[in-house]
Amino acid sequence: MGGKHYLPLTDEDRREMLSTIGVESIEDLFSDIPSEVRLQKELDLPPALSELEAVRHLNSLAAKNKHLNNCTSFMGAGVYDHFIPAVIKHVTGRSEFYTSYTPYQPEISQGILQAIFEYQTMICQLTGMDVANASMYDGGTAVAEGAIMGCGSTRRSKALVSRSVSPFYRAVLKNYFSSRGLDLEEIPLKDGHTDFSKLEEMVDDQVASVVLQQPNFFGLAEDLDGVADIIHNHNAVLVMSVDPLSLTLLQAPADYGADIVVGEGQSLGVPPSFGGPLLGIMAARQKFVRQMPGRIAGETVDSEGNRGFVLTLQTREQHIRREKASSNICSNEALVALAAAVYMAALGPKGMREVAEQCLQKANYAREKITALSGFEPAFPGFNFKEFALSIPGKPEELNKKLLQKDILGGVDAAPFYPELENTMLFAVTEKRTREEIDTLVRELEGWK
Amino acid sequence: MRKSKALLFEMGRSGRQGYSLPSCDVPEKPLDELLPQKMQRSEPPDMPELSEVEVIRHYTELSTRNFGVDTGFYPLGSCTMKYNPKVNEEVAALPGFACLHPCQPEETVQGALELYYNMEQRLKELTGMERFTMQPSAGAHGELTGLMVIQAYHRHRGDHKRNKVLIPVTAHGTNPATVTMAGYEVVQLPADERGNVDLEALKEAVDDTTSALMLTNPSTLGLFEEEITEMARVVHDKGGLLYYDGANLNAIMGYARPGDMGFDVVHLNIHKTLSTPHGGGGPGSGPVGVKERLIPFLPVPLVDKKGEQFYFDYDLPDSIGKVQSFYGNFGVVVKAYNYVCMMGAEGLKQVSTDAVLNSNYLASLLQKTYTIPYDRLRKHEFVVSAKPEKKKGAGAGDIAKALLDRGFHPPTVYFPLIVDEALMTEPNDTESKETLDAYAQAMEEIAKDIDKDAEKVAAGPHYTVVGRLDEVRAVRNPVLRWEKE
Amino acid sequence: MDFNVIEGLKYTQQHEWARQEGDTAVVGLSDYAQDKLGEIVFVELPDIGAAVEAGKSAAVIESVKAVADLYAPVDGTVTEVNETLLDQPELINQDPYGEGWVFKVEVKDESQLNSLMDKPTYEEFIIKEEEEE
Repeated sequence: MGGKHYLPLTDEDRREMLSTIGVESIEDLFSDIPSEVRLQKELDLPPALSELEAVRHLNSLAAKNKHLNNCTSFMGAGVYDHFIPAVIKHVTGRSEFYTSYTPYQPEISQGILQAIFEYQTMICQLTGMDVANASMYDGGTAVAEGAIMGCGSTRRSKALVSRSVSPFYRAVLKNYFSSRGLDLEEIPLKDGHTDFSKLEEMVDDQVASVVLQQPNFFGLAEDLDGVADIIHNHNAVLVMSVDPLSLTLLQAPADYGADIVVGEGQSLGVPPSFGGPLLGIMAARQKFVRQMPGRIAGETVDSEGNRGFVLTLQTREQHIRREKASSNICSNEALVALAAAVYMAALGPKGMREVAEQCLQKANYAREKITALSGFEPAFPGFNFKEFALSIPGKPEELNKKLLQKDILGGVDAAPFYPELENTMLFAVTEKRTREEIDTLVRELEGWK
Repeated sequence: MRKSKALLFEMGRSGRQGYSLPSCDVPEKPLDELLPQKMQRSEPPDMPELSEVEVIRHYTELSTRNFGVDTGFYPLGSCTMKYNPKVNEEVAALPGFACLHPCQPEETVQGALELYYNMEQRLKELTGMERFTMQPSAGAHGELTGLMVIQAYHRHRGDHKRNKVLIPVTAHGTNPATVTMAGYEVVQLPADERGNVDLEALKEAVDDTTSALMLTNPSTLGLFEEEITEMARVVHDKGGLLYYDGANLNAIMGYARPGDMGFDVVHLNIHKTLSTPHGGGGPGSGPVGVKERLIPFLPVPLVDKKGEQFYFDYDLPDSIGKVQSFYGNFGVVVKAYNYVCMMGAEGLKQVSTDAVLNSNYLASLLQKTYTIPYDRLRKHEFVVSAKPEKKKGAGAGDIAKALLDRGFHPPTVYFPLIVDEALMTEPNDTESKETLDAYAQAMEEIAKDIDKDAEKVAAGPHYTVVGRLDEVRAVRNPVLRWEKE
Repeated sequence: MDFNVIEGLKYTQQHEWARQEGDTAVVGLSDYAQDKLGEIVFVELPDIGAAVEAGKSAAVIESVKAVADLYAPVDGTVTEVNETLLDQPELINQDPYGEGWVFKVEVKDESQLNSLMDKPTYEEFIIKEEEEE
């Protein structure tokens, strides 16, 4: 049996322990399971592997995949191929962090509690919000919980979401709202941006939350001047989904008048991992703190006056408030939040700005070069951060097949999410892409079709 | 020596950097051409500038102020803080897994899909269910997904009056919170004197407005529901479904399966039962398994196989949709898959054997000194009541702090709610007899200390890096972020 | 018994007290209940003008690790709330029958008030509850 070395009891131990308990056999310990539900066979699983065999098996599965380290990727749609400094994995690999549970015993959990407190602070600095939580599962669930938070704080039961918000997030939002019996309506697009004139018509005193995304799913910066006023005039709440990495370059959500800020934090030093674990971020204005879901670390002092940290405002949470809790979330993505914190600490405001500026420059370089080719047009006018949508002279699937032959992971097809956008593709260009890689892509596109 | 640790924001100096990037090799344009000035951030965020050495020393020092399973015994009840095999971390970090983009074409992720597919087959066998989704990111997320599936099932049948979910008093707090999130009402069921769900109360509560019964079996008292078959019959007879909270599956692998007990929906906490680390609060993974009639309502996509090709199946018209942006916490599933491959059928059964043996053994030792209500066989955990000790001046919370001073992580305190001054203790399969003996001895010493000087125990912990933290102050004057003075 | 029970007040089985002042009743949490709950850190007050129903939650009182509903002892309309509690919730611990009052309600049906427990009955009730634990 392969994993036997994880089980320290010997047969001798087991005999002694049974005798201490005062039963004859192991079987006796399971005699409380009624016979009609006792499994009458052995589990039918493949033979156990030793560690070496398991590693070989897992290696062989991994080897069947192409990945961002042996291909050149232009895929985005919310998950990006950013550079991850080595320092991150060495911190998250400290087993005092990764083998610990949620810090219920603060006196022996100061490490993770302080790291979360610092993470919360950095998320607040980036977004301009007053408070942040310790993390949500991912961008999609953070958006859904943010919109529900707006319902809780306004005691209304309807949200509006722009169609320029990631369709991955909207799918989760829709499901959460429908299950809970809340209403959801979509604000239409105009040239790849939110149609704010429609927002003005749709928002009324029934609306709790308005969900927007910056930059939006097409990589476009939305012009949000005055939008918060439209929303606040009806005492509704502006929920903004952001890419935290963009916030060293783009105006902070607080300056746009956002009330709740959510988003996907994967760009902060987190590997894409086939879409999980990712990092849901959530921050808000002070007045929403009691509606906020999830763990929050707070500062306090110990019995001798030393500064220390604890999980606080816990009466919001499921283990205390049960059916009246702000959410059912219990496990979050603490270790991923730690990775993001280390990323932000290592890069600092200047490093993150440099990454963001390189994304901006390289994406725009790529966009300009590609759209100079015949048949490739920008799908929408506007200003792109690190991703852009193109209308292309054929099917994205076919183009990706061609690119794959050159070990290029092309772009993301928009049509499954926007049926009206046939032959439209999203390309993401991060700081990791070199001019040579971009030029190679352009060469491959040239003359296609 | 007690001391606080400087915050990141109190360190560093302008001009330091902890990174290096290649210089931008494309022709650069003026920023204002690419982004209108009004969309640009005017003030940089107030964040520290640190060298890499400062960063690594900061976090290394923080790690020394943290306690994990690798540090010592961690009998946190219902959390299954077992050892996290190191090889799991290595395989999950392979670029062929960690560096996959979720939108890659199917033909480029065949190994990942095969892993999902294989894992699903193993989870089906382990639980007796018929299909699994790996999409939920944690146990509570699995609960929500499961209730959404149940809701979709009832709605699909035109059965719209089922607006209640029954939950025993011993349930984890996530259960009632999940019920609310899914738009249902909670009906709480009492326990009988043996710690089972009160069957008579269940019979009275079930009717045609019952959507489901949510049950953790064995319960948070560590007790197997002796009337489970009858409970299933009662609920099913009235058209309700049975939901299995898999938080405590570590007790019964290879001995019993929720599918055979009559459960219609199951979630597993693979960061508990299947050995993946908890990461200081997450990430977890909460796959959800269902019986045949509920398959059409599972989230999309499912993973399937046609010939030798694995693919994502989006063709579920009655699906609830999505509960996570992509396909779940794949990186966590990889670790659990490796564990299941290494343990095999016999190994997983041995895991449950040893978990239950350790629990009953430790309970026998502690029973000499402490009160353990519900005196019957236990499964993987048991609950001590420190009510007598509380009367002497030091309760469950104080005993927990005294354990910190002796190098142990304490049990879950003050839960389940039906036991006063509860210490919910789960010793796990990966602990040796010597560790359990040492823990029992520590508990005995603490009991003696309480007899001698309860006040001193109540003032603990005495040897941790910080003293007892003032949680009242943290709530009355919340300081949730650092701010420049 | 360590708990202060005041003469002249009416008590509920959920440990609220009510003091009649003309048409209105002042409502708060009993000394016994505040002690059980521990240090109170947050109070959620009802809106003035809100209709409350006897036995239904009218306010929420929180300690660090517990949440308790404060049930209305009688049917009626909330006329005043103790806003000082928003900044100083600890007043409920310090002076449960005085400065720690929670809200005032205009009483619809005086017989509801009269049917609540008086001091000796409430004291007996607490003793019984203690024994059962």
